[in-house]
Amino acid sequence: MAISPSTQDVVLARLKGRRVDLKGVLFEALLLLALLLSLSILITLMADVLRGGLGVLTERGFGFLTAGLATFSADTAGVKQGIVGSMLTLVFVVLLAFPLGIGAAVYLEEYAPDTTFTRFINVNIRNLAGVPSIVYGLLGLALFVEVFRPLTGGTTAISGGLTLAVLVLPIVVITAAEALRAVPDSIREAGFGVGATRWEVVRSHVLPSAAPGILTGTVLSISRALGETAPLLLVGAITGYIATGGQSLVEQMRSSFTTLPTVVYSYARLPSQDFREVTSAAIIVLLAVILLVNAIAIVLRNRYERKW
Amino acid sequence: METATLTPIVQRGLRARERGGPFVPGEGRTVIEMADLSVYYGDFRAVRDISLKVEEHLITAFIGPSGCGKTTVLRCLNRMNDLIEIARVEGRVSYHGVDLYGKGIDPVEVRRRIGMVFQKPNPFPKSIYDNVSFGPKIAGIEGDMDEIVELSLRKAALWDEVKDRLKESGMSLSGGQQQRLCIARCIAVQPDVILMDEPCSALDPIATARIEDLMQELKNDYSIVIVTHNMQQAARVSDMTAFFTAEVAESGDRRTGVLVEYDTTEKIFTNPSEEGTENYVTGRFG
Amino acid sequence: MTQAVLPPQIPIAEALKGDPSRRRRENFIRRLFLGAAAVSVLISAAIVLSLVGRAVTFITNVDLGALWTSGWFPRRGLFDIKTIVVGTLIVSLIAMVVAIPLGLGCAVYLSEYARPRVRRLLKPILEILAGIPSVVLGFFAITFISPQIVQRFFSGSSLFNMMAAGIGVGVLVTPLIASISEDAMRAVPASLREAAYGVGARKRTTTVKVVFPAAISGIVASIIVGVSRAIGETMVVAIAAGATGGSIFQLDPSQPGQTMTAAMTSLAIGSDQVKGGEFTFESLFFVGFLLFAITLALNIMSERFVRRVREKY
Repeated sequence: MAISPSTQDVVLARLKGRRVDLKGVLFEALLLLALLLSLSILITLMADVLRGGLGVLTERGFGFLTAGLATFSADTAGVKQGIVGSMLTLVFVVLLAFPLGIGAAVYLEEYAPDTTFTRFINVNIRNLAGVPSIVYGLLGLALFVEVFRPLTGGTTAISGGLTLAVLVLPIVVITAAEALRAVPDSIREAGFGVGATRWEVVRSHVLPSAAPGILTGTVLSISRALGETAPLLLVGAITGYIATGGQSLVEQMRSSFTTLPTVVYSYARLPSQDFREVTSAAIIVLLAVILLVNAIAIVLRNRYERKW
Repeated sequence: METATLTPIVQRGLRARERGGPFVPGEGRTVIEMADLSVYYGDFRAVRDISLKVEEHLITAFIGPSGCGKTTVLRCLNRMNDLIEIARVEGRVSYHGVDLYGKGIDPVEVRRRIGMVFQKPNPFPKSIYDNVSFGPKIAGIEGDMDEIVELSLRKAALWDEVKDRLKESGMSLSGGQQQRLCIARCIAVQPDVILMDEPCSALDPIATARIEDLMQELKNDYSIVIVTHNMQQAARVSDMTAFFTAEVAESGDRRTGVLVEYDTTEKIFTNPSEEGTENYVTGRFG
Repeated sequence: MTQAVLPPQIPIAEALKGDPSRRRRENFIRRLFLGAAAVSVLISAAIVLSLVGRAVTFITNVDLGALWTSGWFPRRGLFDIKTIVVGTLIVSLIAMVVAIPLGLGCAVYLSEYARPRVRRLLKPILEILAGIPSVVLGFFAITFISPQIVQRFFSGSSLFNMMAAGIGVGVLVTPLIASISEDAMRAVPASLREAAYGVGARKRTTTVKVVFPAAISGIVASIIVGVSRAIGETMVVAIAAGATGGSIFQLDPSQPGQTMTAAMTSLAIGSDQVKGGEFTFESLFFVGFLLFAITLALNIMSERFVRRVREKY
């Protein structure tokens, strides 16, 4: 049966729909605007900082990285103590928060029976992740600076490092637990099926499979620790000044300290235009380090994203 | 002398062959015996009052409609159900007369002696060699590891296909090869019994046929219990067949598995005693 | 075949008991991991203990009249709580006015409109924004947002003002809201969208009437988490809101103000033991406790909403 041309035209017109869906286009445009606005903020921020600080960096080059804190003359101000201090505090994050965090995640995902206590630990960790960082500063002040003063020496890099380690611990646990959860149960069953113990299954199969995810989480927590300022202010970072004249590591650890973001803060508080440029330069250094760390995390994740 | 630790397998294989043929039902010793076995998930009773004996060097098939608890029963036999937290077992499962749920029994040791092959091939994301060698290594089995790996792969009828690429990932194999790799992995720890949970359900007919042939080889050395959805498969490969079904539980909407009939495969498929069995095997129900 | 050598025969009952040393090792490792998990409980206890003790000392010893005065000047014994609470609320409100439309806009676009390739490109950029330290945004707020935006549109604004700080905090919170609510929307099953398209709905209708309501729990949770984060944000406010040391009660966002977090840092800066009058040091912990309690309540609330999403799908 042939369809008459007129029917065809009617159907065609119907299928073409009404006029352009103006509201729909507008809606999409608004969404896109939100996204572009967010991106433009990022670009403006980067441009602002680069404009302010690139001059100092190109002029002084490596000299800026190796010059110490100087709050009187912008010409000699640098970020050396900040870099050293950030490194020192990161040691604690890596040595304490990583093993403890991954250990806790392994317990919660692989060992823990589904009891009230386990659920409590889970909720507790998620809540810890939401505690404002400055509150961790108070914890550090009360616990590491005061109670453990004989061990930490008060407002030292040790206290700062411990505070940061406690701060990122819940992040490490949560990301590691997520990575472990992504490992399919069939792998575990296979291990148990040939008579492996829980630990043998975890060590030989679950952890290697989850390693990329865990690694990404730990790298992200490093970048978080690198950018934290507020809690360190409470454990005394701002007054800190790391002895960088060839002392032993222990002496450095047990002396006053500062970190890269706290150096940024100390310079940001100085009113003169010269220091504004120094601040921008310090921010460029800080952002470069953090972006590098983040980039590593993103590359790791994309590279090892596994489909089961 | 050279393969001292592997002798038990060889020995048993020889025993079957020396007899001039495989065992037939009723001849061998009982390897596993279930007595009034019930399994609970929380408050819910998944299967109840299962009693049957698994004889050595036979292939015993568990058949029945979905949800009848055959896999649950299978997983009780090597205590895999221990891994499900809310699972609880009542009654007795004995292995050569030893209560598997008795005091001091290590489920890890149980699983080494009673191996398992799963529904979906699940090789470790590692090399073929490491897949097979993992079990013997952790079990502390002594001997030349290369030899153990080769023998296990040979027994799983996979050696010729993979001998030149042992370092490649187990995941790179085809589905059927992966499942045979899983069988090799299971054999490598020198078990006594192999439990197979619908081992062919994810495979094509050709791969299925290879696994079925392999099972006939393996039963000279091991006792095999297989859960299958596929009645033809049960009829083709097994010596004994247990037919399970699900009955509506006391509580209402959920269903409890029960054992309807357990007999030689021939009897179950040609002349079952129970009407339910006949309805199922003739395709009128299920 | 040579004479086979059988391994020593152990009775099966004995053999099934396994290797005791292997079991001991297994138990030891389990306890080790349990210990690691228990550390989180210790940390929570330590937080509560370190806050509560001094907060109680403060509240029981300080003259209660000092808690309701004209401003927050802890070193002079004036602890007007409403100054810093209202300051916190103003900054957080401004932050949310910025972050909710931006964050949700990004989330809807990325989840519903962006093609996979665009998404793969844009998502990391948002993550970079999320990774920018707050001290950097504080500096940006004072060098750019305040002079270029706030002072331009609100003449008479101080260079240090709560609005610039609020916008800065909003920028910080945007990626957080975007990523949580995007996850919630992507968790909505494709079948639901297809059902809507199947009855002839347009994309916008599907997004607004089907996806958005289905993901609403997660979206609400993202906003609550955002509020919690904004309330707890410190460095942006400490740098851009001005009011170092103390502040009079202030409702005008174009003027300097004090938030709870900024009050804490300005108390702590300058010495390793906070100097000042009686109970100045303790007031730090009192404010900290208040902050902790508020954010904890918000986090528990958002947790409820998130769980609702998980239950549904």
